[in-house]
Parts: sequence; structure tokens; C-alpha cells
Amino acid sequence: MVYLTRKAEFSASHYYHNPGLTPEENARVFGKCNNPNGHGHNYTLEVTVKGVVDPKSGFVVDLKKLKDVMSREVLDALDHRFLNKEVPEFFTRIPTTENLAIAIWQRLEPKLKAAQLHRVRVYETPDLFVDFYGEA
Amino acid sequence: MKAHLTRRYMFSASHRLHSDEMSAEVNRATYGKCNNPYGHGHNYTVEITVSGAVDQRTGMVCNLVDLDGFVRKEIIERYDHQNLNLMSEFTTRVPTTENLCVAIYEIVKRGFGHAHLEKVRIEETMMNSFEYAGEGENL
Repeated sequence: MVYLTRKAEFSASHYYHNPGLTPEENARVFGKCNNPNGHGHNYTLEVTVKGVVDPKSGFVVDLKKLKDVMSREVLDALDHRFLNKEVPEFFTRIPTTENLAIAIWQRLEPKLKAAQLHRVRVYETPDLFVDFYGEA
Repeated sequence: MKAHLTRRYMFSASHRLHSDEMSAEVNRATYGKCNNPYGHGHNYTVEITVSGAVDQRTGMVCNLVDLDGFVRKEIIERYDHQNLNLMSEFTTRVPTTENLCVAIYEIVKRGFGHAHLEKVRIEETMMNSFEYAGEGENL
């Protein structure tokens, strides 16, 4: 089994707000991330797939195809968007980095055929990242 | 759904690698320039990885304010701009970055209750790093 990781970058804005909480609770739980006009990040995405090396091609997965799936399913939908207002998953879920990693996994997993998705890592900043392994 | 969250922190400290159980020659052979009697320092980067179910209400594994507050108070304030050899946890253990990983893991494991601690990773320089995930746990 060999693991292969592909990186990509996207920039997006978001804010954290739970309509089920009072304004005071939202401010307390989410702090400055609760600013309703939003703020942005340069996100770095790492997608790790695993599989056996094809003896014919020497590939775990065709990198071009992986790049195309990442571009179509993730970057086209998220890059330069306001996540709360433009990405359907976040109409009801709070666009934290945790939920972003889960949403990206859910977008990619059904589209990857040749290799098995192992991990989605999302860096919100260089000092903060979330890993999702598809665990329930 | 379960996610892993990692946060990076920095502090600077000095140390000297030296074991009283070994002769001066063996210390020098084992630790090289890290055995210099006056010590030396590093800018350490600490990565704390915690895990847990993503809270539906907040979208979070744990609130970063809680994690940052704990690490600042218990780790950064403890170690930043200190000589590690003079600290209680290193009176009998050599302050290698391996042992620093274990010491920080134990502090977080004992004191931080908002999420499960997965591992502690420390970069001593840009060229080397160490990880500790507790006994019996796989990295």
C-alpha cells in the first residue's frame, strides 16, 4: 500500500454563527469569528489517497485525474466564495475547518474510483489544521 | 463525525544534553556539541493534535480559545525563555526533544479535558522533529 498526497490552495470567507444560540452565546462561543460580515483565509488542502502501485503505470493514481477531481469538486465550488452564503453544505452547517474537512471528504469520496481516499487535511492558517479520515 | 485538530505553538528555550550516569568522554561521544557545558538554545515549535466528534452546535472538535488558553498557561508560560535542565521534569531525565515531547504530552493529557489528546509533535529545528502519542498508541 502506498500513500500519495496532492496539495491545492483556495481562498474563501466565512463566519461562525449558530441561529439556535442567542447573540450573546454566539459571541461567547465564536468570538471574533462571529462577525456577520465575515473574514477570509488562504486555505491549503491536502488530499491523501492510498492504493497499490499499478505494475503497468507505476502509479497509485493518475495525478492528472486526481487534480481534475479536486479542481472540479472542491476548488471550483469553494475558491473565492463566501462559504456561508454560496456553498450549500454551509447553509445549515457552521463552516469551521472541521466541517470544511468533512464536506471536502464527502465531495471527493464518491468521485475517486482508482484509489481510496485516506485523509483530507485542511490548513486554515499555517498554525492550524484539521484531519478527517472518514470516521463516523 | 470524528475529526483531528492540530494547532502549532512556539517557544524558545535552552538546554544541554548531559547524563550524570555517563563519563565526560561518553557524554561527549553521545551528544557531541549538544554536550557543550554552557548549553545552547532552540526555537521549538510544538504541534498539539486533539480529536473528537465534531459538535453539531458549534462545528468544532473543541474551542480553540480553550486549547490556546491551556497551552499558553501550562506549556508556553512554563517553558518559554527557560533553561530546560533546571526544570523539575528534567532533574533526572535528559532534556532531549524526545523527553520534552513526553513531558508536554503528560501535561496536556493530565490537564486538558475538552478533547482527546492524540499526539504531541515538536520541531527542534526545521530539520528535525519528534512525536509522542502515549504508550501503546500508534502514530
